[in-house]
Parts: sequence; structure tokens; C-alpha cells
Amino acid sequence: MHEVMLAAAYLLASLLFILSLRGLSSQLTARNGNFYGAIGMAMAVVAIVVATDNLALPHVLAAIIGGALVGSFLAARVAMTAMPELVALLHSFVGGAAVLVGLASFQAHFGGDGPHLTQNPVLLSEIWVDVFIGGITACGSVVAWAKLKGLLSGRPLLLPGRHALNAGAVTASIGLLVLALSADPGQAWTYLLAMMAISGLLGVHLVVAIGGADMPVVVSLLNSYSGWTASAAGFMLGNDLLVVTGALVGASGAILSYIMCKAMNRSIWNVVFGGFGAAPTTKAVAAVGEPLAVNEADVAGTAQWLLDARRVIVTPGYGMAVARAQHAVREICDLLRARGCEVTFAIHPVAGRLPGHMNVLLAEAAVPYDIVMEMDEINGDFIDTDVVLVVGANDIVNPSAETDEDSPIYGMPVLQVWHSRKVVICKRSRASGYAGVDNPLFYNDNSAMLFGDAQASMAGILQHLKAAD
Amino acid sequence: MHIAIPREVRLNERRVAATPASVVKLIQLGFIVSVERGAGLRADYPDAAYGAAGATLTDDVRALWGEADLVLKVEPPTHHPDLDVHEASLLSEGATLASFVQADLYPDVIDEVKARKATLIAMEKVPRITRAQKMDALSSMANIAGYRAVIEAANLYGSFFTGQITAAGKVPPARVLIIGAGVAGLAAVGAARGLGAEVRAFDTRSAVREQVQSMGASFLEVEIEEEGEAKGGYAKVMSQAFIDAEMALFRVQAKEVDIVITTALIPGRPAPKLWLADMVAMMKPGSVVVDMAAQRGGNCELTVPGESVIREDVHIVGFTDLASRMPRTASQLYGTNLTHLLDDLSTDGVLHLDPMDDIVRGAVVLLKGEDPEWPAKPAKKPKAKAAVAAPVAAAPPVTRAVGATKGAQHRHVSHASDAGSDSKLGVWIATAAIAGLFVLWAALRYGLAAGADDPASTQAASGFLQHLTVFVLACVVGWHVVWNVAPALHTPLMSVTNAISGIIVLGGIMNLASDGPIGIAGWLSVAAVTLATVNIAGGFLVTERMLRMFRR
Repeated sequence: MHEVMLAAAYLLASLLFILSLRGLSSQLTARNGNFYGAIGMAMAVVAIVVATDNLALPHVLAAIIGGALVGSFLAARVAMTAMPELVALLHSFVGGAAVLVGLASFQAHFGGDGPHLTQNPVLLSEIWVDVFIGGITACGSVVAWAKLKGLLSGRPLLLPGRHALNAGAVTASIGLLVLALSADPGQAWTYLLAMMAISGLLGVHLVVAIGGADMPVVVSLLNSYSGWTASAAGFMLGNDLLVVTGALVGASGAILSYIMCKAMNRSIWNVVFGGFGAAPTTKAVAAVGEPLAVNEADVAGTAQWLLDARRVIVTPGYGMAVARAQHAVREICDLLRARGCEVTFAIHPVAGRLPGHMNVLLAEAAVPYDIVMEMDEINGDFIDTDVVLVVGANDIVNPSAETDEDSPIYGMPVLQVWHSRKVVICKRSRASGYAGVDNPLFYNDNSAMLFGDAQASMAGILQHLKAAD
Repeated sequence: MHIAIPREVRLNERRVAATPASVVKLIQLGFIVSVERGAGLRADYPDAAYGAAGATLTDDVRALWGEADLVLKVEPPTHHPDLDVHEASLLSEGATLASFVQADLYPDVIDEVKARKATLIAMEKVPRITRAQKMDALSSMANIAGYRAVIEAANLYGSFFTGQITAAGKVPPARVLIIGAGVAGLAAVGAARGLGAEVRAFDTRSAVREQVQSMGASFLEVEIEEEGEAKGGYAKVMSQAFIDAEMALFRVQAKEVDIVITTALIPGRPAPKLWLADMVAMMKPGSVVVDMAAQRGGNCELTVPGESVIREDVHIVGFTDLASRMPRTASQLYGTNLTHLLDDLSTDGVLHLDPMDDIVRGAVVLLKGEDPEWPAKPAKKPKAKAAVAAPVAAAPPVTRAVGATKGAQHRHVSHASDAGSDSKLGVWIATAAIAGLFVLWAALRYGLAAGADDPASTQAASGFLQHLTVFVLACVVGWHVVWNVAPALHTPLMSVTNAISGIIVLGGIMNLASDGPIGIAGWLSVAAVTLATVNIAGGFLVTERMLRMFRR
């Protein structure tokens, strides 16, 4: 009876999770999707609680309530600019939970006076895989979180012989499994803990070697890992719902990583093992022999250009998130729209530190989502645009990606802002972007640089616009 | 150096090569500027304004020309009616003249300038490169002419441009056909749309489609695949089949439209005849044809260059001085183009014609009276320069049209390859998955599980295969579902997958089934459940919070 009920609950939960992702295909259905996901989750948890005999219910309830409280607190408090950090942290929790479940499974099956290990090599291997992926996910995500939060430098840390280190870690983990298969439980437990430590270090090492600009890929990749971890746990526990859910999440993360890589014209191997973002700086600087002159703009001038414009496109980047300028940008957008100016937003897939990060920030600032465009939708429109306001973006509007074959970002699809009549680039300083590549856009005749903090600049423009009304 | 700004003497020419504002700029560049009295009068720039700007005013035309090192003009030099000499012959030996030249229409200019051993800069030959966009006088003038063409048409057309519904009846909007969507054509599209007309445009270059459409006009096409774009964004001569189809299209249009503006030009050739006599006859009486190609013979068969005539009850405007009919702005833009050019070609008020400079190589048609022979360029440009000059930045719409094609093609190609690699990736993954399945099955059947006789192990082995099947299918489902997610919702996607990957909570709960006190396994599981629930609660709630913010 229990089994039938459990199977039915699992099937329904799987379907609800699929519907949940399906719902995200459009803003209109997205909230329903989230609701389906929550229902599915609740069903699965209730079903397993009811179906499990001899459950230590007080412990379960305490853990669930505790976790739910912490989770709600995090969710309610997080600033939208800090979403990447939260997402990274949550990935690490999945990884951590998977490691703990793996250890617990080992103890439950092989601890104490359980059956001898050699009699169930399949299960032991599954535990091994679960803990291995879980360890990478947990520790890698913690490093990603620290990098996003600024606790660790965004610069890639490239150890000598790092590929050998990675390969060594994988080999050692497999070796420990082989040893454990023929060891007694006590020894195997030690091997398991050793392997856990190695996987954790591997996770740390993989992520510290990746530069700040590649964080969207890393976070997507860890998203994918957290899915595979859950799947591995499903194999270990013989639970199909875990397998299915993990596969859904894994596929989602994989696709996001793929989209991000595509948007940077790089292969996933290059991102994970390439250590991009450190080396090319010197070359790019050397290439620009003499310092070129840029046109500088001030807020009054920018405001006037905006007032004279009939079509404006705002191109936000991570700088807007850092300066928390999205609200001022939205007010500028409202004012211009009220004057009959057509304002749209152009979002590059890798703008920000998380796929879709800019969309969330703009949504938070109450920018209607139907004027927020993807790169492919809007790239043809720059030609007939009077003013493009680039707020805290650099590499994603760099024309050398299309024209300069020697550029490290050559081939990366970029927003073709330079086709418009006027480009105002709001930027903190003259420094190059995360890719460390000089941006010829800044020296164009129709470009003007508005140096300064994005929020201060936007507030200044806003004041002038209000004064003009 | 001394710059002279003479009065334009060609009939009906109202423009002037420098405005008081551009004189200020020229003086800032280190030049000494003399202006012929009355030079700016017909463009509404009074002599006093030039004086205030720092220019010397003079009545002595011969002295003005003779003492100048550099003469700036709009129109090609021509026979001076008052002095009865060719203007170019007034140049002092070795001086420089910058103006429109159009040597194919006015061969006399070249001979006269050669005779004076002077240097000639042809403004229409400034190359269409990024750096020179601000010097592109041809585009400046075409823009004005396109606008003016619509105004001339409106002047002759006996009705509203915009449709109106009045108590006395309904007036349909004027239907305007614009042939050739270059700079002038697009300016005409903009002006006609601005007046409220229904606008359609035709061009052999499909690249301009987006621009035409983005300005609110419809883009007409023939059903023959042939790309009409030649080097530099200009049009080329089309095949006979294409021309036949084009003519058929125009005949249909002739019956519908009220106003036709033709702007079709092919560099170095007489204007193609596109609007034939029978098409004019098909048009409604009172319709207007403005032929902007009149100077090169006209696109319309019935055009009389320089005049506005009525043929078959249709007004046919063949003015060749459209830009000059808006002399104030035309002078302003032309003057600015010239100052930009001189800013580039001079230092401290002295002209330097660097033979390696692309602008010089393009625009200088005579150097000290000789046909210039430029030294060969090194194969590779210095890198820094390339980086600056390369991006196709904003500016004359024609150049931008080229950029647009590239963008469009680029996008198209990348889409195609996207789809290709996606499906390839799918096939690859499926193949790998199936191969992996067999290997695993073999390993389990004959390897790991073979030695073990414990039923739990055999069960685990067969269970594994079953889960693997589920796993692979779920991956496929996930793959398809997630590709449909709107890119704008990728962050909520991540947080919702965060939440549902908290399903690992089941693992923790399953391990908490125990009769006695919970051991190490139990406490590890409690910790696992806590972490997983943080994810579930945090993930769903933050997703909800985000999604609530997405508003139309």
C-alpha cells in the first residue's frame, strides 16, 4: 500500500517539477510554475514521511522547521543584486546535503555490524560517486560564493601544473574506491572521508582557477553539478524521484552553461580549464601605442541628448548592479517614456554575474519586462537609435569582438551599440573590463564617456530631466 | 595659411562653404580666413556675422582667390559671370582647392586646376570609412536633399499627406513610393512618414530592409534573388531578369501611389531609367514624381533636369539643387564637414597631405597639378590604428546599412550553427549515453556483481540499470523543457532548480528510519535534511519574490 502511494506521489511530483520548469517559458506562467514546483516538493516530502516506517519524526520535523526558517530568512532578506551569491550558497547546500546523505548511507549499510562491503560493490560505488560530486559542488560553490561576495579576489589563481593536480585528484578518488572495495568497513570509512576531502579540494581548485568574468558560467556549471549530485544520490538510494529531479536540474544547469559559453564564444573546456582573464591584459595594453583621446560627457549634456532623442536603448552591465543604479535608470526611463521617447533595454546573455541577472534587477526596479530585449531581438535596432546609454558594461559592447581577429574576445557576439547615433558610456574609470581587453568603442566619434559612479551619474541625469519638465 | 571663402557663382546656388560658426573653428585651427562680401547672404548668414567671427571681408574676388593658400567652395568651380574667367584660373600657383568636383560632369575643372599646378580635394571622394564619417559631405547633402524632395512634392501635391476624417468626408493618406533607400532615400522616408504619408520603399540591396522598416515604411521586393550591393555599400547594375521584375512591380505601384521619389544612382554611370513614360501615364492626375537623379539624366524618362514640368497630368520635378534649397542648414553641415576634414589634414594652420592617409589618398584628385601617385601601402596596418578605425560606427546611413547586413548575416549564421550544434550535441549525448549504458551493464553483469552472491548486490545491480533508464529519459525531458525557458527568466530558473534540487531531502529522511536511538547516520541525516530544507524554502520563496517583480 505504502509503495503504491509513494510511487504515485513520486510520479506526480516528477510531473509537477517538469511543469514547474515549463512554466518558466513565459513571464505570464512563471509564477504558476513556481507554485507547481512547491506543491510537488510538499507532496514528495509528505509522502516519504508517511510511508517510512519507524521514522524519527521529531528529528525530521526539527530539521525541516529549522531549515525552512533559515531558508525563508535568506530568501526574504537577499538583495536582488546579491542573487548570484545566494544561488551559489544554495548550490553548496545541495552538495553538502548530498555528501551528508552519502556518509549516512554508508553508515546505515556498512557501519556497525552491517553486511560486508564486497557483497554490495554497486552500492559502494554509488556512494562514492555521490560523495565525490557532492564534495566538488559544496566546496566549489562556497568558493564561488566567496568570489561573488568579494571575499576572494576575482582574479583566477593558477597553480603550476593545475591540470595534473585535477587529474591526480580524480585518479586518487578512483584508487581509494578500489581500495575500499576490498577493505573492511572501518578502513573503508577512512578511505571515504579521505576521498571526500580530495573532492572538496578539487572543487575549490576548479573554481579558484576561474576568473570573475566567467562567474555566470561557473554558477551555471555548479547548478548543473548540484543536479547531478541529486541524481547520484537517487542511484545510491534507489529513488527514482531523486534521479529524475536531479536530471532535470542537471540538464538545466548544463544548458545555461552552454548558453553562457556560446555568448562568450568559448568552449566549456576553455572556461573550466583555460584560466582566461589574466594573461591577455599586457598584450592589449601594449597594442595601444599612444593613449587615445575619448570624448567626455557630463550629466547635463547627457540629459540634453536624452531629451532630444526619440529612441533610446539602455544597455546595463554588472556595473549597474554594483552601483545599485537600476532604480534611477528606471526613473529616467519613465520620464523619457512619458515624453514620448521610445525606451528599451538591451540585455546581453552574460551581462551580470548570473544568467538573466539584469532582467531580475530591472524587474525589481519595476521596468516592464516587455521593453527588456534579448541581444538577438535588439541588435538590428541600434541603427535607428538616437542615444544608447551603456551603464556599467564593457566587454559586451566591445566592437573588437567583431573586427579585431587578434582580440581575445574575437567572435563573441556583442551588442552593436556603435551603430546608433550617440553612445554614452557610464563607467567608473578608464579601466578595461573583466576580459582585460581595451575597448575601441570608447574612442569613436559618436561615443562619449560619462565617468563616475553609475548611481551618482544616473541621479544627476534624472535631476536634469526633471528640471527640463 | 590663408583660407578664402568665395561667393558661389553657379546659378541658383545658395550655399556657402563656411558659416560664421565654422569660421570660428577654422581660426581656432590656426588658419587666417577671408570671406567674399555677400558669400553667405543667400544662406542667411550676414556679412557682419562673419566679421564678428574673425574673418576678413573683401569685395576683391581676384585678390581673394589669388592670395589664398586654400580655397573652400561648395560647387565645382565654374565660369565666373562677373569676371568672365574660369574660377579655377583665379587660383594662385600651387594653392589648394576643396569643393565638390564631379569630374565626370565637369571635366573643365581638372584642366583648369592642372594649369594652375594646384591641388584639388574632391569632397565627394572622401572615403566612406569610420574615421571620415564626420567629413562625409555627400551624405550630409543627400540627407538634406531627401528631406527637401518630400517638401517639394508636398508643395505640388494637392492634398494632405496624412489621412484625415472630417465632417466633410474622408481623405486618404498620400501614398509615397521611394526608389532607392540610400541616405537620400531614407531621409525622404523619414520626412514623408513625419508628414503622415503611407510610405513604401524599394531598393535592390536587401540590407536596407531593416532600416526602411524601422522607419515605419514597408519594403517592396521583387521575387528574384539577386543582391544589389557593391563595394562600399553602393548599388550595382542588375541583371535583365531582375530589371524586368522590377518594372512589373513599378507598374503595379504606379497605379497606386500618389508620389514617387527616385534616388537611384550607380557610381560613375548615368542614372538608370526606372520610372518609364508609361508608368507616368498610369499615375493619377495630380500625382508628383520627384527625380533626385536628375543631374545624372534622371531616373524618370520624362524628367527635365533642373525644372519642374507637367507630363501626362503628373508633376515631374527634376530640380538639381535640392540641397541648395535649404541653404542655411546645408551650409552649416557642409561647413562642419570641411572643418572636420581640415582638422584632420592640418596642424597649426598648415595643410599636411600625408600620402599614407586613406582620406588623402581618396579625396586628393590633383596634387600640385599632377595626377597623384601614392606610394604602396604596407600590407598590414599598425594594430592600434586598425583597432580604432575598424568598428563600423554610427554615421552615414549607407555605411551603416553595410554594417547592418553584416550584423544580420552574422546573426543568421550564428543561429544556423546554433541549431546545428544543438542537434549534433543531442545526438552526441544520446550516443554516449547508450554506449555508457552498455558498458555499465556489462560491467555490472560480468564484473562487480558476478562474484557477489548476496541478493542485495544483484538487486542493486538491476536497480541501477532501471534508474539509469529513468535518468537518461529525464535528461532528455529536462533538455527540451529548459530550452524553452525565456532567457529573461534564467535567474528564476536557477533559483527554482535550486529549490527542487532540495529533493535530496528525501535521502536524508529515508536514512532517518530507525528503531532505536539515531546513530551517526541519523545525525548526518538530520544535518542533510536541514541543509536541503534551507534550499527548498529559500529557493521557492526567492523565486516567488523575483517573479512577482516581473510586470508588464
